[in-house]
Amino acid sequence: MGVSLLVVAYLIGSVTFILGLKMLSQPALARRGNLIAAGGMAIAILGTIFLYERDGEKLGNYAWIFAGLIIGTIVGTLAAKKVKMTAMPEMVSLFNGMGGACAALISMVEFDHLAHAGFLEQGEPVSAGTLIAIVMGLVIGTVSFAGSVIAWGKLNGSIKDFTFKGQHLVNMLVLVMIIFVSAYIVIQGGNVGLYVFYLLFAMSIVYGVLFVFPIGGADMPVVISLLNSFTGVAAASGGFLYDNPVMLTGGILVGAAGTLLTILMCKAMNRSLQNVLIGSFGATATASANVGEKTTGSYKEISLSDAAMVMSYANRVIIVPGYGLAVAQAQHTCHELEKLLEAKGVEVKYAIHPVAGRMPGHMNVLLAEADVSYDKLEEMEAANEEFKTTDVVLVLGANDVVNPAAKHDPASPIYGMPILEVEEAKMVIVNKRSMKPGYAGIENQLFYQPKTSMLFGDAKKALQDLIGEIKSI
Amino acid sequence: MNDILSWISAHQQIIYIVILSIFLGVEVIGRVPSVLHTPLMSGANAIHGVVIIGAIIVMGQAQENNYLALILGFLAVVLGTLNVVGGFVVTDRMLEMFKKKK
Repeated sequence: MGVSLLVVAYLIGSVTFILGLKMLSQPALARRGNLIAAGGMAIAILGTIFLYERDGEKLGNYAWIFAGLIIGTIVGTLAAKKVKMTAMPEMVSLFNGMGGACAALISMVEFDHLAHAGFLEQGEPVSAGTLIAIVMGLVIGTVSFAGSVIAWGKLNGSIKDFTFKGQHLVNMLVLVMIIFVSAYIVIQGGNVGLYVFYLLFAMSIVYGVLFVFPIGGADMPVVISLLNSFTGVAAASGGFLYDNPVMLTGGILVGAAGTLLTILMCKAMNRSLQNVLIGSFGATATASANVGEKTTGSYKEISLSDAAMVMSYANRVIIVPGYGLAVAQAQHTCHELEKLLEAKGVEVKYAIHPVAGRMPGHMNVLLAEADVSYDKLEEMEAANEEFKTTDVVLVLGANDVVNPAAKHDPASPIYGMPILEVEEAKMVIVNKRSMKPGYAGIENQLFYQPKTSMLFGDAKKALQDLIGEIKSI
Repeated sequence: MNDILSWISAHQQIIYIVILSIFLGVEVIGRVPSVLHTPLMSGANAIHGVVIIGAIIVMGQAQENNYLALILGFLAVVLGTLNVVGGFVVTDRMLEMFKKKK
């Protein structure tokens, strides 16, 4: 009875995951989809705690299990509630790393069990399938954990880009060694001594760190998405290990969906996944910056009152938000400016580049927080059509996504990336904190064009002053 | 060769599940508008927290005197819960902002 109920619980879990993912893809249903998946997860977890049996034996150690669940729930809820919208991507990365670590720990304990049992299961040598599942869970989970922690550190600025000569070679070498040791453990039927297993663990940490270390700015969303799908695969290996359908479906679903999402993101930046994996972007970007590109040319600044004037007498203004807007937490002020201009009869829209910010959709989330209406957000293709008939484009803390070098300069590391063609508009006002290059570390010729005027300062401060000026006109 | 074939037929259910899930995963998010990419990634992140079930099984089967299993298992439960709860709550917070305007 109990076991059949558990089957039903797992079935419900699997179905809610699929439904949840599907509903998450529709704006109107997304929130409900998330809650449904969460509900399914709760059913699957409670079912496991109270109904799971192995060889007729129920689970024990309830005190430990509930203590862990309670601690995790409290810390997780607080962390998720407290985190600022700008720090969302880091938070997702960190949670992802914990899932990876969880998978790795499971593998460790199971391998230790097997070692104590002399690698025998019911008198038979342990099957290769079991060993593969354990090793996969360990390697992929650990790489995902180490990589996510580095990605987290990089996004919040505590870890800088770091490259050294021959890095790709070292990465490849470590990867080959990991594969070799994994195969060795499986072929030996597990009889290798625990230190080999822990060596594999250590190498996976090294690989995870090296894997993310050299990858710079623009690629971070891709990396997080990729690590996300890694953790999915690690969870699925746990499903293999325990013959557990809900872990299997949940893990594989995320693994597949995450991989597709990763590829979609790569496409948006016109780079191949392989290119990202080898991690050459950071390297080429710094290299070309060091060569010292033409940073010459002069730019002109615009005064607040002039900016206020041209914007309030324009017919159409398009705002291009970027990471600078997120850092300054200026989304509400931005919405205020939009309302003010609309009241003056100016048509205001937002052009959203798919990889603006630090994560796809980052800007949408941010602007939605400030109650910016959904239909004011234009996706890249639509926006590029409209720039030609736009009077003023206001670039708020975006840089690489409006860099014309992506179109004109084959030597540029971002050459080929689709951009927002703001230079088509009659006038461009760029708000930045300074002339420093953007996250990809490349100069932006847009700033030196005659059409472009710079409005220096923190996005929030600049917008507030701008609003003040417009009101006083 | 025979080994491989017998392994496949012994595990055909799992193989079916894996293959169908891969297609399903790709299909399901294939139509996601880019505005929902961040919440989707976050939601998927919460779903792979299902690995917590493995952690619970490990914990529940650990012998009283096997401290390695108890400690690692306990850590796994805490981390897995963080992944699940944190993941769903963060996703909900993001999506809260997408609520329809009247």
